[in-house]
Amino acid sequence: MSLAEQNSLPTDARDEDEIKRARADQIEKIAKWVLPVFIMVLAISGWAWIVAANDIPHFILPGPDRVWDSLVNDWGMLIDAAYLTGWITLAALILAVVGGAGLAILFNQSKMLELSFYPYAVILQVTPVVSIAPLIFIYVDSKIAGMLLCAWIVAFFPVLSSTTLGLNSVDHNLRDLFRIYGATRWRRLRFLQLPSALPYFLGGLKIAGGLSLIGAVVAELVAGTGGIGSGLAFRIQEAGYRLNIARMFAALAMVAAMGVFIFAALSFLSHLLLRNWHESAVKREG
Amino acid sequence: MVVKPATTLPIGQRPPLLRLSHVDKVFGGEVVALKDMSLQVNQGDFISLLGPSGCGKSTALRIIADLLHPTRGRVEWEGAHGRGDLGVVFQEPTLMPWATVAQNVWLPFRLDGKTYNQVKDDVLEVLRMVGLEKFANAYPRELSGGMKMRVSIARAIVTNPRLILMDEPFAALDEITRHKLNNDLLELKSKIGCTVIFVTHSVFESVFLSDRIVVMAARPGRVLTELEVDAPYPRGEDFRTSADYAAHARRASEALREAMGEPA
Repeated sequence: MSLAEQNSLPTDARDEDEIKRARADQIEKIAKWVLPVFIMVLAISGWAWIVAANDIPHFILPGPDRVWDSLVNDWGMLIDAAYLTGWITLAALILAVVGGAGLAILFNQSKMLELSFYPYAVILQVTPVVSIAPLIFIYVDSKIAGMLLCAWIVAFFPVLSSTTLGLNSVDHNLRDLFRIYGATRWRRLRFLQLPSALPYFLGGLKIAGGLSLIGAVVAELVAGTGGIGSGLAFRIQEAGYRLNIARMFAALAMVAAMGVFIFAALSFLSHLLLRNWHESAVKREG
Repeated sequence: MVVKPATTLPIGQRPPLLRLSHVDKVFGGEVVALKDMSLQVNQGDFISLLGPSGCGKSTALRIIADLLHPTRGRVEWEGAHGRGDLGVVFQEPTLMPWATVAQNVWLPFRLDGKTYNQVKDDVLEVLRMVGLEKFANAYPRELSGGMKMRVSIARAIVTNPRLILMDEPFAALDEITRHKLNNDLLELKSKIGCTVIFVTHSVFESVFLSDRIVVMAARPGRVLTELEVDAPYPRGEDFRTSADYAAHARRASEALREAMGEPA
């Protein structure tokens, strides 16, 4: 072989390693979607087979076809229920963000306030909401307000604790720099502490999103129906009393879908806010 | 920014800027970080604080920056307005990762209540001086270590401060980048005629950059001796290879060895 031939590169100017890596990346990208879908298909088929093979009565375990029918036939009722549960969840999440981040900022600005109230925030968090909820509905007349309160109690703490951590995790050199430049307390908060805390806050927000849904579901179960329409959790309970197991599964699937949607939406928000600068959102070459 | 005429007076004729008199710093009542340090800083000085770790050079810098209060002794600034503007460069670039290069350089003004448009020309001007005008809208993570340090330097000089404090700014960089930044720093200094206190543990860096080297010793941190590097500015590669440079480096090395407690 002549020297010239040895030196001539293939038209695709990548070497074998790079091609191999690119192929592996591509396979992983496809597998990320295909594998979970495959597992789901497998699980649903297995479920259908077990029900059919054992002749299980539908009031004990309905097959996936019945659950699908229920989802289609009861869609109007389920979507109304989802709307209510979703509304409570969203409102509770917003309150959790305002309350959690607001408290974190207050605590950060005043040590005395933090020392006074932080222990109670912890107590509120560690007490299971299921055990507080019945009491709440005794003293709070409005079902909506009670449900919001329940959901808020579970959801605000992760926002509070992660934002607090973030506000205190400022680079010490930057802190010194702000001192040297004689930054006011407000400017230090606005230009240094809040941006530093943002990734932490968003981490807490993702957890709070899931928890506010849990809070809303628990609150519904405890509150029962009361003229304000009925959410998904209530529909699950009600369908259970009627042995309409297919509808229970259908409503459950909607709760799960709602949870996934909240998580995906908050992840997307986090990506949008951090993509320019934070390590977690920055793609590295190679 | 106002570019001052860059004529720097000979060492003996410079007007005073800042005086440290018999400054002690004791931590926790027992650890003596700095003992009886006296130092007069004059306008236009480029002072290196040279010494082993634990000699109190960073402590001295923090006292000058008013981040620490001396246990005993005084820090007095010339003039009625006290400390005035300071520029600081730390060992890490210390940039805000969420802000662009231009926003980072804007910071000292921003903390003073000035909008970007009010100071845009100054910001772009210093970015041009450090060779980063094309990167005004880049984020710090897109820059190399040396470029980040340039941004940090741009931020320190943008307000045209009375004094610039640099705490081992190039210690974490590779030798070649460090070389380049040393050259550029001197060029900047000759352009804007600032006063610099530069902490380093590199003999060569201190000799190349400064006209006054304050050699410090550890345990307790104290000033051992002061050397003058009378080579004229601008200094470039020819100074780095001159016999004069070698002689100054030898003197500084011997002083440093003494500071480390070894026989010269």
